[in-house]
Amino acid sequence: MPNALVRCVLVLCLTLVPLAGGAELIYPGDPKPAPIRIGITPVFLDNQTGFLDRWRTYLEARLQRPVQFSQRSTYRQIIELMLSDKLDFAWICGYPFQQFRPHLELVAVPLYQGEPYYQSLLIVPSSDLETRHIRDLKGRIFAYADPDSNSGYLVPQAAIEALGEDRDTFFRKSFFTWAHAKVVQAVADGLANGGAVDGYVWETLARIEPELTRRTRVVSRSQRFGFPPIVVRKDVADSDRLALRAALVDMHLDAEGRGLLAELNLDGFSVQDPAIFDDIKKLMMQIGAP
Amino acid sequence: MIASRSPSLRVKIPLRVSLLVIIVGCVITASLLYRAFGVFREDLLVSSANLGRILARSLVTPMLHDDVWKAYEVINTPFGIDTKQGALQADLVLVISRNGRVYVSTQPSDYPMLSEIGAGQPELNDLRRRIEQAPLTDQQLLEGLGFNELMVLTPIISDGVLLGTLVMGYSRDIFSQRFLGFAWQAALTTLLIVIIVLAPAVYLARRFTDPLVKLSNCMSMIGSRELDEIECALDPSPRNDELDQLQRQFRLMLAELRDKQQLEQQMVVTERLAAIGRFTAGIAHEINNPLGGLLTATNTLLRHGQLNPMAEKTVRLIERGLKQIRDTVGTLLVEAKHKSHPMSRQDIDDIQALLQPEAQRRRVALNWDNRVEACLALPSTLVRQVLINLVLNAIAAAPEEGWVDCRSEIEHETLLIEVSNSGEQISDEVIAHLFEPFMSHQDGGRGLGLWVTYQIVTGLNGTIEVDSGPVDTRFTIILPLPLMAAA
Repeated sequence: MPNALVRCVLVLCLTLVPLAGGAELIYPGDPKPAPIRIGITPVFLDNQTGFLDRWRTYLEARLQRPVQFSQRSTYRQIIELMLSDKLDFAWICGYPFQQFRPHLELVAVPLYQGEPYYQSLLIVPSSDLETRHIRDLKGRIFAYADPDSNSGYLVPQAAIEALGEDRDTFFRKSFFTWAHAKVVQAVADGLANGGAVDGYVWETLARIEPELTRRTRVVSRSQRFGFPPIVVRKDVADSDRLALRAALVDMHLDAEGRGLLAELNLDGFSVQDPAIFDDIKKLMMQIGAP
Repeated sequence: MIASRSPSLRVKIPLRVSLLVIIVGCVITASLLYRAFGVFREDLLVSSANLGRILARSLVTPMLHDDVWKAYEVINTPFGIDTKQGALQADLVLVISRNGRVYVSTQPSDYPMLSEIGAGQPELNDLRRRIEQAPLTDQQLLEGLGFNELMVLTPIISDGVLLGTLVMGYSRDIFSQRFLGFAWQAALTTLLIVIIVLAPAVYLARRFTDPLVKLSNCMSMIGSRELDEIECALDPSPRNDELDQLQRQFRLMLAELRDKQQLEQQMVVTERLAAIGRFTAGIAHEINNPLGGLLTATNTLLRHGQLNPMAEKTVRLIERGLKQIRDTVGTLLVEAKHKSHPMSRQDIDDIQALLQPEAQRRRVALNWDNRVEACLALPSTLVRQVLINLVLNAIAAAPEEGWVDCRSEIEHETLLIEVSNSGEQISDEVIAHLFEPFMSHQDGGRGLGLWVTYQIVTGLNGTIEVDSGPVDTRFTIILPLPLMAAA
């Protein structure tokens, strides 16, 4: 990806990397409090170390505690880290939130275009003027984002299921790109004849790298689903959960927070009822997922 | 008739030098290009082979895991780097799975995943055949496939099992682009050299051609103009190279041509005068014989004829006429082998005494410079006659209050007599016929004086020359002295 802007590729996978090199905070009262290991929802942009660093500094100042970010290449790895007590918080997709519902609790849901919702998009290369529906892609090559992604996997799987087709043989071949932005890339390059992508990622890309999204065409948009939330493991102290929730929800109140939100192309964070993710549960049941 | 002239050497030499530089530049460029081609090819082979090995190793895991996207990222790695223009970059990278289908390619629209190699791409038929022939165990190089492409085939092997084949294709463009740049640079360099060389070439050409052009101009004048009128500003340098020698030789040749021409003119005059001499002598002899008889007859008649006065008067008239004829004929018959005593200084001085009164009468200064001391073995009568003729002529030609110089001396075994006067310049046309008989240029003269003088001088094997200028007119007589200059 030659364009420097492209480095700001939105990756909606949880990827938390311990960010070293940040300035040490001086905390009143020794000993130093334990760090909040945020698997902060990385609606994250590839190679956005600088942004994460700024966000960490911002949160540390609000929470008066050290904050750590970690990144991994798949959703599953992040979930496993959380369940094995290596992470406390994480910004994950609604699908794993539902999958691991008994172990997780909602902290905050981002507001995109004023609402805690987003859509899954079915995209094809812009040269493809025929495709009107996912059924038109039968026997073709398809790009998924991540097997644990709602918009990048669950939604198209459910759509195939709804057609009464065999999900394993519907496409001649399918593959995972492990990131939504790379689904866009794969479809734009013609590597795949179609792909499923997070609408928020596609629209943000359309702003920062229009030449990439212009090489793709949106065939259809799914229903609305709860935006990938920030969740916490259930056994984490309530005080920590509430403190982080407050810090996030209040981000839009100050200039620095607004600046960071603008970089994320989000309007803010909100407290929502977990019921907004029930539609994902329905899809899971449709395809018989656990 | 003027033949169409080819351009001057002044133009030709710089042009040819430039042409030579261009040819040399082209040859050098061609050889450098040829060499660069080899180096470039070698570079390409080495770097693509290395790159192929690295990519093939990186592809093992994605292929084992059937991670198409990772494989796609791997083969796109070389394209992600901003390479310098003209760098050795493949146009196409293909991964072909064991079943002969495209696993992934950097140009998915042209070579889609799972498509069969060669289907719809005839340029890849050879490639497919090669892959089908035998499983690849080591890197291979395919050339001249499709559009003269260079292809590097690298097997992707995991634990001794062939997973697929990595194909890196380099199009001809990668060569042409680099060579165009190279050739363009070489052309600029050659042009620069031509420009740099042109000025010295023009200067050198001028140094060579300027004398040649002058010579050529001078030579072209020969024949079309009188030799005396040709003036060449030839300026041989002291370097004395071939050009300078050429100029000197040309000047020498011109001088010799002039001498030759002068000689020829003199020869013509001499010949003519000799012919006239023979002719007049013949006529004079023919007249002399009957003349003697006639005079004897008239003499006899007058002495013994007892003529009446009328007849006597008539006979005397005839006698006078006959005598006049005899005088004239006698003058024409110059007898060179006249018997007379040897010449002495006194003989010359006598003439001064003889002619001084005439000079005074014409108010002309007669300057006599006689340096002859010894007696000369020359017939005094004839030399005196020559001297008298010339000095009288000179006095007659000199204006009033003018002058006549007469100088005589012995010089290199010759008697040199110079008679000059301050008279008017004699025109060239007159000089051409000056020594012919009956060509009088003075009132009252018979026009035989110079003729006789010429006859005598040539009879004595001498030369007579006249040189007339605006200031004076000079007659120069050179008479060779017989070996025995005895008294």
